[in-house]
Parts: sequence; structure tokens; C-alpha cells
Amino acid sequence: MDTLATAFENTVRTASDWVTLAFDAPSARAVVFGVQIGGHLFVEGLLFVVIIFLLSQKSYKPPKRPLSKKEIDELCDEWVPEPLIPPITEEMKYEPPVLQSAAGPHTRINGKEVINFASANYLGFVGHEKILESCTKAVEKYGVGSCGPRGFYGTIDVHLDCEARIAKFLGTSDSILYAYGLSTMFSIIPAFSKKGDIIVADEGVHWGIQNGLQLSRSTIVYYKHNDMESLRSILEKFTQKNERAKKLRRYIVAEAVYQNSGQIAPLDEIVRLKEKYRFRLILDESNSFGVLGSSGRGLTEHCRIPIEKVDIVTAAMGNALAAEGGFCTGSARVIDHQRLSSSGYVFSASLPPYLASAALTAVDVLEENLDLITKLKKNVATLHKGLSDVHGLEIVSDPQSPIVFLRLRNSTGSIKGDLQVLEDIADRVLKEDSIFCVTSKRSTIDKCNLAAGIRLFVSAAHTESDLVKAYESFKRATPLVLEGQ
Amino acid sequence: MIKIPYLAALTTLFSYGLLFVFGQLRDFFRKIFDYWSHSKLQGYAPICLGLEDFYIRRLYLRIQDCFNRPISSPPDAWFDVVERISNDNNKTLKRTTKVSRNFPQAPAVLGLMEALQPCIPNWRSVWRIFVGKPAAVVFGMGYVTNSAILPVLIGKGGLIISDSLNHKSIINGARGSGATVRVFQHNTPYHLEKVLREQIAEGQPRTHRPWKKIIVVVEGIYSMEGELCKLPEIVAICKKSKAYVYLDEAHSVGAVGKTGRGVCELLGVDTADVDIMMGTFTKSFGSCGGYIAGSKELIKYLKYTCPAHVYATSISPPAAQQIISSIKVILGEDGSSRGAQKLARIRENCNFFRSELQKMGFEVLGDNDSPVMPIMLYNPSKIPAFSRECLKQNVAVVTVAFPATPLLLARARICISAAHTKEDLIKALEVISRVGDLIGIKYFPAEPKKQQLEETRVKFE
Repeated sequence: MDTLATAFENTVRTASDWVTLAFDAPSARAVVFGVQIGGHLFVEGLLFVVIIFLLSQKSYKPPKRPLSKKEIDELCDEWVPEPLIPPITEEMKYEPPVLQSAAGPHTRINGKEVINFASANYLGFVGHEKILESCTKAVEKYGVGSCGPRGFYGTIDVHLDCEARIAKFLGTSDSILYAYGLSTMFSIIPAFSKKGDIIVADEGVHWGIQNGLQLSRSTIVYYKHNDMESLRSILEKFTQKNERAKKLRRYIVAEAVYQNSGQIAPLDEIVRLKEKYRFRLILDESNSFGVLGSSGRGLTEHCRIPIEKVDIVTAAMGNALAAEGGFCTGSARVIDHQRLSSSGYVFSASLPPYLASAALTAVDVLEENLDLITKLKKNVATLHKGLSDVHGLEIVSDPQSPIVFLRLRNSTGSIKGDLQVLEDIADRVLKEDSIFCVTSKRSTIDKCNLAAGIRLFVSAAHTESDLVKAYESFKRATPLVLEGQ
Repeated sequence: MIKIPYLAALTTLFSYGLLFVFGQLRDFFRKIFDYWSHSKLQGYAPICLGLEDFYIRRLYLRIQDCFNRPISSPPDAWFDVVERISNDNNKTLKRTTKVSRNFPQAPAVLGLMEALQPCIPNWRSVWRIFVGKPAAVVFGMGYVTNSAILPVLIGKGGLIISDSLNHKSIINGARGSGATVRVFQHNTPYHLEKVLREQIAEGQPRTHRPWKKIIVVVEGIYSMEGELCKLPEIVAICKKSKAYVYLDEAHSVGAVGKTGRGVCELLGVDTADVDIMMGTFTKSFGSCGGYIAGSKELIKYLKYTCPAHVYATSISPPAAQQIISSIKVILGEDGSSRGAQKLARIRENCNFFRSELQKMGFEVLGDNDSPVMPIMLYNPSKIPAFSRECLKQNVAVVTVAFPATPLLLARARICISAAHTKEDLIKALEVISRVGDLIGIKYFPAEPKKQQLEETRVKFE
């Protein structure tokens, strides 16, 4: 072992001697520019050159071969598209009943008189003489359509009058009219919220709002339906995040009376949370305008909150006002911004003038006859009481909401199954007792997951006997249908 | 494609640059003033950030009186425009009680503003006969029709190929559907073919799976260009590639074609080749609403699934009755030949007007037979000048700027109606010619001038 080690040592020593000799050769002892050049610099220089050479080599990429024309032709021939629509199933063949007269509290279907709980005619304005008169006058003066968008001579003085009237009624500075109720929400939300902004919305909002949220490309978070604790925790989460969140626009979107469940949003709680966490509130009052509050001014009056605290209030006029279209009110800044950036306002024809004048007259009539609202409230209470002990169905809507929402006590397990049972109940009630009501059908692109139910829209024009007939009929028909399942 | 002359491009860019600089200066001073006055909304992000509404505040508000002009009579051949005054340099406008009778060049194509009887008839059958498809469904608003139909027909995994100048409602519907959207050059069938072939060969982005289905969306008459779509070539290409065709006939149904049935009739395309035909009733029928026509199964499926049908309020009865009456008039079923006369008159009117404008030297876009005629203005200062000068002489024109058109290509859009008589048109031509000379928008040499030059040359010789 010793000898091996010493032999090894000797060889290394001789090798290093040789190397030093080679490096101490006179050529290597040259002095260039006053810097002593030792032989080791030669090795370093060589290494440097090798490194540069390696770095300058391109990394290996597999060669790109674009598809030849023949290959593209083959792919195009092979490709088979899906059919445009899926095959028609049995339930798609269902044709909803056709109304043969005006959609008032009583209407005619297939020649039979039925009591109508399927139209959102809350104040009974369908067929009101004053409104019909103003409509006829408007049609005679202006014709039917407005033939153009608001920017290009589609603004008729009736539109401006109607906007001013609504603003005066609600106590805001200005309002803006849209041509269609559904397009109101999905034009407003993308106008105010862009990519990167934050929107917290209730999970039970209707399709128009969902479409608006999708089009705005903002970050959307849903909170549990009407659950303030869930809303609070989400708002807390967002404000605790980084400081940048303070520069983004943040909105809460809620409906006053939810179309999908009939519940009323607790506005005082929402306003308190919004002020604490500095969010703006967009409120959809389609089903509460003209209904809630002592003079019909909506949820803000009902909860005794000044309307300035809600940043954007929208509503569709097709419900209580028995017209068509929608409006939005708020501060002047909010409304002015929409006049050029809201796509449903700028790029679409304006509301037909006769509908604007109908809405105007409806607001006038509402202000004069406040007893309609009390009558509606009484009707809702009667129907609520009568339907509270129907075997098999439960009421999930708020006792003061004009939409009475009935759900199955024991669900079948799927929304489709529920819908089938509910439709059977609705059909039976229509055939046997002439009560016309609708189930909450969902479109395939609707993301709402709330359970299905039967919707009854109560109107101020319904009489006591209509309501009694309705709940008696449900009490009778529901057990029969459920037994037959 | 529009080729902007160099001088016009330079002056337009210079004008916008100047406006931008002035706007920024005013914003700067506004920021200083706002710093001194405290706002109530501490802690809230401003509702419009930075440059988002710069265009509105600094450019649009100056010429606000040219847009949104209210009228107080039916939109017929002559109407009353309400005058507005402004006390604070156009920031707000107040209505006065004065009205001036004006002759409009705004979309009210067939002049069918008639009174009607309120009732709820069964009328889809009448519509089917008119369009030439087995079934149809109607919605309360044209914009919502596009936005609500495309998401139902196609979803993630599908491809929508749309013309680059399609209407905002189609863009909204395409975005809302979740499908991938690709654009082809405006009205260029060979580019469409190229895009289709590339996309089918490549498949879905990133996964390269084959597309579930492809829908090509085109319009019959483009509202800002007045051009007719090259439908026969596009339909042939789509048939070969097995893509579905969606035709939006907002401006063309009821206005073009021998019997008014739209661009399919005009260009000789069989309606069975177009899978989905969409249109609106606002322009030619004097009503409101939109429709979709297609095969029976398609319509049944849409009735079951489309949110605009399931949730929204339906079209109101007077509007429906107006449409039926209009169709009866157009088809001649009410016994008179008013419909045929109107169709012939609109064709005569628009061809006459277009040729006269071109002779005068204006740059007019669009094809023959199309009732939409944009006249190019380019420069931002010419927009209010043209609009106000014409209004002074009782001709109401529509001027369009950003965001409805590209920034540099502002134009005045003229829409001819069958209700315009020859005298009205000649008067309008005189006014437009005078104003055009005053403003300097005759970008092309006028023909009579050429003739005069030749005559003088001959005289000299």
C-alpha cells in the first residue's frame, strides 16, 4: 500500500514538473502590455473559446413541417360536424298554451275562460282604459316602430318624457330607457365592469344578469342564494387581498325579488356590507317596482333606505307597468356613461313610442291609485295563507313577494324529475279547475341551480274568489298527482 | 375595402392628435381642481378609469348636438326634429318647444307606418310563407335575438367564423356562447375558405381535437358599408366544408329582391342552403322585434331552450299586427299593388340617388340596389359641420363616428325610403351638394366638371 501510494505520488510529481516546465518555457513568459502572461492563461483562453462556440450553437429543434395542401384536403374531407341541434326529445315537442285574449287576470285558452296566474300583471294594468287610450293616441301620432337607434333620430320626445317621469317618481337625477327588459341587465353590466374587475353576484340571478356577467369578462364570484353570511365572507376575502384590489371596480349584483325563487333580498344588510367593504351595488327591481313600498317605489322604500345608496337601479317595465322595455336610474354620471357605452342602447332600435307612452301613463295611474298596492298586498297574504298547508308543496318565497313560489316538499332527486311532476300538477289544475300557472322552466344555457317550482304571479286585479279557487284547487290536485307517481 | 386618400389621412390624424392634446390638457387642469374639492366617494375606485371615457368627455361632448336628436312625429318621409339649446358649451342640452320640419335620411325603409287593430292573431304562418323556410319563431327585440340564439346553438368546442364588420349584437352573441371566434376579411370569400381550411386542419386550440361544429355568420347588407354580402360564393364554400351558415338580414329583408324577400332572392340563393336566417322588423316593416327562420326541428329546439323565448316578454300585439299588415301589403295580399310599387320605387330611388352622388364627386360606398349609402367624411371636424349645415337647410342626416366605425373612417350614412318622392330626393341632392362644396368632401372629381373642361379645350382648339 505504501509503495503504491508513493509510486502514485511520484508520477503526479513528475507530471506536474513536466507541465510547469512546459509552461515556464520562454515563449510563455512573454510580457504583453506590461501584464505578466503565465502559461495557465493559455488553457483558460482555450476554455473560453470552447464555451463561446457551444453557446453560439443553435439548440436542436425538430424541423417544422407544415401540412401540405393534400393533407389539408384530406382532413377537411374527413371532418364530420355534429348536427346543428341535438335530436328532438319528447319534452321538446311540448307546445305551451296559446292565449286567445289579453293577458289580464282572466284569459281564454282553447275557448275556455281561465284564471290567469301566469302573467306578471301585478297592478292589473293590462287592459286599463287610460293606458289603452294613451297607447292608441301614440300609435296614431307616431306609428308603431321607431325605425332607428337612439343616436340616429330614434329618440322620440315620448322617450325623453318617460325617462324624466321615471326619474321624478323614484327621486333620482336621471334615467335611461332600454328597448327590451332582458337586454337591460346584459347591456349595463359590461358597460361598467371590464376585465379584471370584481363582481359578487347571488347564485339565483336570472339569465339576463348571468349573460351580462359573462360578457363583462370580470372575475365573478357567486354567493349562496340570499345568504348574507356567505356574502360577508366573500367580501372579506376580497378586501383582505392585495392593495391593488382597491383600484379595481367592485360590484355586488342582486335582484330585489328573485325571479327564480320569489325571495326578497335583505337590502339594509346588503347596503351595510357594501358601505363597509366599499363595493357598489347594482339592484334589479323588475319584480318589485310598483309592488313593494307604500307608494310602489320598490325595495328601497320598503326597507326605508334612501335611493342614493344604491348606485345602479334597473327594472324591466314588462311586469307592473304592463309595458315593455326596461329602464335604469342612478346618478347623472352613471346614466350619461351608458348613453355611449351600453351596447343594448347604442346599437339597437329604440323602444316603440306607444310602449313608452304606456309606461308613462302607467306611472301616472300608479301615483294616483295607491290603493292598488294595498290590494295586491292583501291578495298575496290571502294566497299565502291558503297555500301554506297544501300537502306535498311548500312555499319558499317571501310572504310579501308578489311571486308565490311553490316547491315540492320531497324532491324526486333531479331538476328534470321535479319539473315533470310540477308540470303534471299545473296541467291538472288547468284542466280541472281552469287555473293557469307556469312552472319555472330553465333554458339549457341557464347556470342557475335553484330547485324548480311552480310560479304564481298575484295581481291586484284578482278577486277574492279567484284566490280561493286557486288554493282549493291546489289542495285537491296535488295529493292526487303525487299519489299517482 | 375603403382606401383613404393620403391627404385626408394626414389631416384626419392631425385633427385627432390636436383634439387629444387639448383633451389631455383639460384633464390635467381638471385633476388639479378635483384635488382641491373632496369627493364623497373616498375609497371607491372611479366608475370610469383614466382613458376609458376620454373619448366621451373630450371629443364626443363637443359635437353632442349632432347625435340623439329627438323627433316628435312618426319617422316618415318628413318629420319634426325638436330643437335643443345648450348653455354650457354642449355639456347638457335642453329641449325647447320649437320643432323644425325636416327631411330625414335615416333608416325607415319602406315607409309603412300604418295604424292597426289590437288583437293577437296566429301569424307565424304568414311569416314562414314570406321568408321561404318551413318554420319561424319571433322575439321581442332584434338585438336580443342574436345575443340569445348563438349561445344556444353552439358552445365550447365549436367555432364561429364571422365577418370582420359584423354588428355588435352578433359579436355579443358569439362571445356569450363560449365558442372560439375567428374573423375573416370583410366580404372576401377566398379568405373565408383559407380560414376554414386552416381551422379544420388545426382543430381546437391547444388540444387539436376536431371542432364540434362550425357556424359562419354573415350579414345581408352591412349597415355601415351598404355592401351586399357575396352570398352565393360563401354558401358554396360552406357547403363544401360542411359548415353552417347564419344569415342576418336586418337591413335587407323587405327591402331588396324582386318581391322584397331579401338578399337570397336578389342574389339567387336557395333558402334551403342557408341553415339559419335571422332578421329584424324594425327597418322595413316599421315595427320592432326579430325573427329566426329555419327547419321545423331547429325552431322546436329553439322554442324549448332559447332564453329569449323562455324568459323574456314576448312581442307586443300591436307590433305583431303591424308586421302582418306590412307583409300583406308587400306581398300584395291586401288587394292593392302598393307593395310592388314601393319595392320598385325604393330600387329606383336608391339607384338614382347613388349615381347622382357619385357624379357629384362624393365618395359613396355600397353596391347598387342597396338602400344604405355611406358618404365618407374622414375628418372629425367635418362630422358636425355636415350635420349642422344640412339641418339648417331642413335635411336631417345621420353622421357616424367612432365607436360605430373605425376611428379614421367617419361617414354620413344615407338611407333611402320608398316614401321619398323624386322632388324630395332632388332637393336633398342640391342641399348635400352645396354643403359638400362648403365642407370639401368631394374627394373624387365630379363628372360634369370634366365635361366642361373638355368643352373649353375644344373651344380653345
